[in-house]
Formats: sequence, C-alpha cells, structure tokens
Amino acid sequence: MTLIADTLGQPLIQWSWLKAHGGVIVSLVLQHILLTGIAVGIGFAISMVLAIYSVRHRRAYAPVTWLTGIMYTIPSIALFGFLVPLTGYTILSAEIGLVSYTLLILIRNIVAGIDSVPAEVREAAIAMGYRPTRLLLQIELPIALPTIVAGLRIATVTTIGLVTITSLITYGGLGLLILQGLQSFFPTKVVVGSVLSILLAALTDAAFVVGTRALTPWARRKAATA
Amino acid sequence: MSPIDPAPLAPVDSSADRVMIRLDKVSKTFPGAAAPAIGDLSLEFLRGEIVTLVGPSGCGKTTTLKLVNRLIEPTSGRIQVDGKDALEIEPYILRLGIGYVIQQVGLFPHRTVRQNIATVPGLLGWDRARINERVDELVQLVGLESGMANRYPAELSGGQQQRVGVARALAADPPVLLMDEPFGAVDPIVRNRLQDELLRLQERLRKTIVLVTHDIDEAIKLGDKMALLNVGGVLEQFGKPEEILREPANEFVNRFIGGERGLKRLALITLAEIELDPGPIVSPQADEAEARAVMEKHGTDWVGVVEKGNLLGWVWGSDLGKDEPLESRVQWFKVKLSPKNTLREALDEIITSRTQVAVVCEGDRYLGMTTLEQIRTAVAR
Repeated sequence: MTLIADTLGQPLIQWSWLKAHGGVIVSLVLQHILLTGIAVGIGFAISMVLAIYSVRHRRAYAPVTWLTGIMYTIPSIALFGFLVPLTGYTILSAEIGLVSYTLLILIRNIVAGIDSVPAEVREAAIAMGYRPTRLLLQIELPIALPTIVAGLRIATVTTIGLVTITSLITYGGLGLLILQGLQSFFPTKVVVGSVLSILLAALTDAAFVVGTRALTPWARRKAATA
Repeated sequence: MSPIDPAPLAPVDSSADRVMIRLDKVSKTFPGAAAPAIGDLSLEFLRGEIVTLVGPSGCGKTTTLKLVNRLIEPTSGRIQVDGKDALEIEPYILRLGIGYVIQQVGLFPHRTVRQNIATVPGLLGWDRARINERVDELVQLVGLESGMANRYPAELSGGQQQRVGVARALAADPPVLLMDEPFGAVDPIVRNRLQDELLRLQERLRKTIVLVTHDIDEAIKLGDKMALLNVGGVLEQFGKPEEILREPANEFVNRFIGGERGLKRLALITLAEIELDPGPIVSPQADEAEARAVMEKHGTDWVGVVEKGNLLGWVWGSDLGKDEPLESRVQWFKVKLSPKNTLREALDEIITSRTQVAVVCEGDRYLGMTTLEQIRTAVAR
C-alpha cells in the first residue's frame, strides 16, 4: 500500500529520465537478449544430446524427463536462492537457472518431433541405404523441425520472462530496471523495463512464427492443400 | 569394392547365373514368438522376372521380402543376391542396389518430388548434372507431369505418390526391385492402371522384381511366377500362374486361388500361344458353289473373304447366289484381335459377335480365327 501511495504523486513515465538514460536502456536490452541467447543455446545443445540419446535408448527417456521435470518445477526464486551459496552472484548462477528451465520443454519437443517421423518414411530411408547418422541429420531432424522449433519458441519466450527474475542476482537485463524501479519507488523504470521485456518476448515470438514458415515450406503447403 | 558402390549389377543376359536372388533353407523366428514366421524356405528368383509372393496374413510374405534387403535378418539359412552372399555384404551397401517400394510409399515429406527421386543417386554421390538428367528421365518414365517435380508429396494424389515411389526406387537403376503391396492403398481403377504400367515398364527394364500381395488376381496378373505361401512361411506351390491355375498342388492352393479358375487362366494365355484355324474363307473371286462348300465344311451360315492375305470381311450364306459380285455384300468384322490379346478377350468376342468367332490379325494380315471349341481345347491342355 505504501508503494502505491508513494508513487501516486509521480507521473508514470518521466520522459527526461528516458532521454538521459537511453544508452543504459539499450545495454540492458542487449544484456537481456544475451542472457536469453546463452541460456537457450546451451539448453538446446544439452537437450539435443539427451533427446537423441533418449530416442536411441528408450529406457533413458523416463529418467531424463523425470529429472528435467523436477528442475522445471522448482520455483525460480527458490532455485536462485539455492545457487547463490554455490556459485555466487555470477552470470553462471543466472545461466544455470535459466538453462535448467529450458531442458524439459526442449527435450520433450525434440523427442516428440523425431517420434513424429512416420514409420514408413524411416523404413523407406533405411531400405534405400541410409545409415543411422545420415538418417538422423537428413530425414529425422528435418521432419521433426516444426516440433523442435515450436519447443524453442516456448523455451525462448519463457526464458525472456525468467531473465527479469535473475535481476535478483544482479544479472537480469531489463529485470534490473523493474527491480530498481520498485525499490526506489520510481515508476518510470518499472514501466520501461516491463514494456520492453514484453515487447522483446512478443517480437521474438513473432520471429519464430515467421522463421518456422520459412524453414518448413513443405509443412505450409501441406496445410494449404489439406 | 568402393564403399558407395551398389551391389554390383551384372547385365541381365549374363549366362553365368540366371538366378538373381536365392533363398536357401531360410528360416526366421522372431524373438519371443513360439512358431517360426518362416521355416526352411528355399526359393529362386530369376533375372528379369517378376515373382509375386501371395498368401494369407501371417504367411511370412513380407518377412520373406525384407530378408532380401536385410531389413529382417534370418535366423538360419543362406541368402544370395546376384551371386554374392547377402549376409556378408554391409546391409546399407546391399540396399543401395535394391529398389524398395511399399504400400504407404514412405516419401520424404520435407523433400520435393525431384529431391525424393534423387535420393539414392545422392547417396551414391552422383554429380548434380547426372542426377538432374536421371530425375527428368524417371519423371517421364513413370508418367508424371514434369511440373510435379517441384511439388511436395503432400500435394500429390495417392496414385501420383506411388508413381514417385516407383521412380525413386528405380533411380539408380538397381537390378532388383522389392515391392510390398505397392498398389494396396489406391482405388481399384488407379490400381489397375498402375499394374498395367508396371508391366509396360518391365517390358523395357527387365528388372528382377519380387512383389508381395494378398490379392490373388494381382499376383496372377503381374507374376511371371507366383509363390503361394501358407501360414508359417510354408511354400505351398511355386510356378507360372497359368500352371498353378491349371494344376493346383493341393487343397490350400485350390481354395486360395478361388473360383473362376478357367476364366483366370484364359486371361493368361495369349492368342499367339494357340494354333489358329484358317476358318471358313474364300477369295473374292470364288463362285457360289465354292463358298457353299466351305460353309458346309465348317458348319457356318457365313463365309469370310480373304484377298492375298488381307481379310476383307464376311458374307451371309443367304446373300450368296445373287447377281451382284461377292465383294459388294461383304460386311466388316467389327473387332479384330491381335496375337497379343488373351483367350479371355477372344472368348468375349466369340460370345458377343454374330459370327461366333474371334478374328485374329497382325496389322492387316489375316492370321486365322478362334472358336469356342479351340479355346476349350487350349484350356484342357
């Protein structure tokens, strides 16, 4: 209540502050993108390995989803609380947290994507002389692509949101603005941080939609004729 | 042998060994199965022949097919492909030399028709120009419009997809083609057309084709030879469809080939294979007495008119003896068959034409006639 009472007197946005701090805002946006990019990139690499291993060795899939499922369930603030004593107020702590939240979504989508390859397509490929690695790279993964990209889209947008929480351990992109704004009762920072992070998430989401269409013309045409 | 060479292809007329695929006492028991899917099966597939594998479900026909390209490994026995021990060749190398067509086609949905057809040449490392040339050739060969080459599989009809499947299997010109119910998923009209096209293609290509089907009529129509399998991979009879229809080896075969055996056989014998009768014919210059003598001899009320080997037509006996010359009353035979037509087609002509014969010509040249009696004799052989 005090927060609202104290901020009520101020305008929602002080344009003068905005003008004076343009450079800071841009660098925070870039930091936000960087934190997200690293998290999704590393998360994707780990997920690919675990997912492909799970596809080849089905017994591994249950434990893998169980473990990544637990990671996904831990509330983010609690997770960062656990991490700080171990790895400190570092970018490492931030990324460990962010990466661990991407795994479940990405692994599930990669496995589902590869599973979606029709049995007869796989059989035809093998019967024509494909060996396992080439089959994976040229047939299974391309066909799984729409499902994999759908996973990346959810993981990325989720991570953009989560990065604002990592401001609690000093690396938080636009989250820092929001945090500082709340702490110093300065609504301009809160508004700028919130609006830009929402905008970033929305633009990323749209980019994924456009990107998916460009990458999978065959799926689009299929939809057009269906 | 370089690792990307397909299983070496010898020309069809190689006199060394007419056998392209040899299964020698092959058996297969799937893990956990009580009874073998195939027990002690021996079969030989000659170069350039279509062999159809037919039988009820559970007879192991698809298993037999997949043993050839080692999608399924035998429990025991030997498998030879083109004179080589198939079990000694790296499976993927063996498969590069064996075309494979399945009912669900299995086209790659993310690749265009062109890219799908180019699959095996691509795996073999052909250069781009050669691949493009080959793809264009195949698109034509299987009767697709060239505009379809850049479409995706989902944009094609079932029949078109199966054509692409056949083109893809033929792309690197493998000597062996394995087909598992290739026309099972298309409607009967398209199926019939695709069957005819396969036979037409085969006249040119002379591949060794193993074709699995549960449809006895398809097996009879397409097979140079037919293998009838019973549950558990027991070979009940192996031979030319005509022989099997004439002399079913046992009650199982008899039941499986079903009714109308005689009619089915008629569809397998061509007019070229039987001896034709010259029939009741005279020259245009013949007088009434001569014509009546010919009619009497053949027991007909009409006579054919042939001039220098060309069949002009026929004349009613009742029209003879009038003043006009014979030629002016000649009627055309509406239907003339060729030696390539079957006895079944001849029979249809016999029972629907007024003259009760089927006339056989090669172009304009008159070869003879077929009667009901001759067809009966041919089938009774």
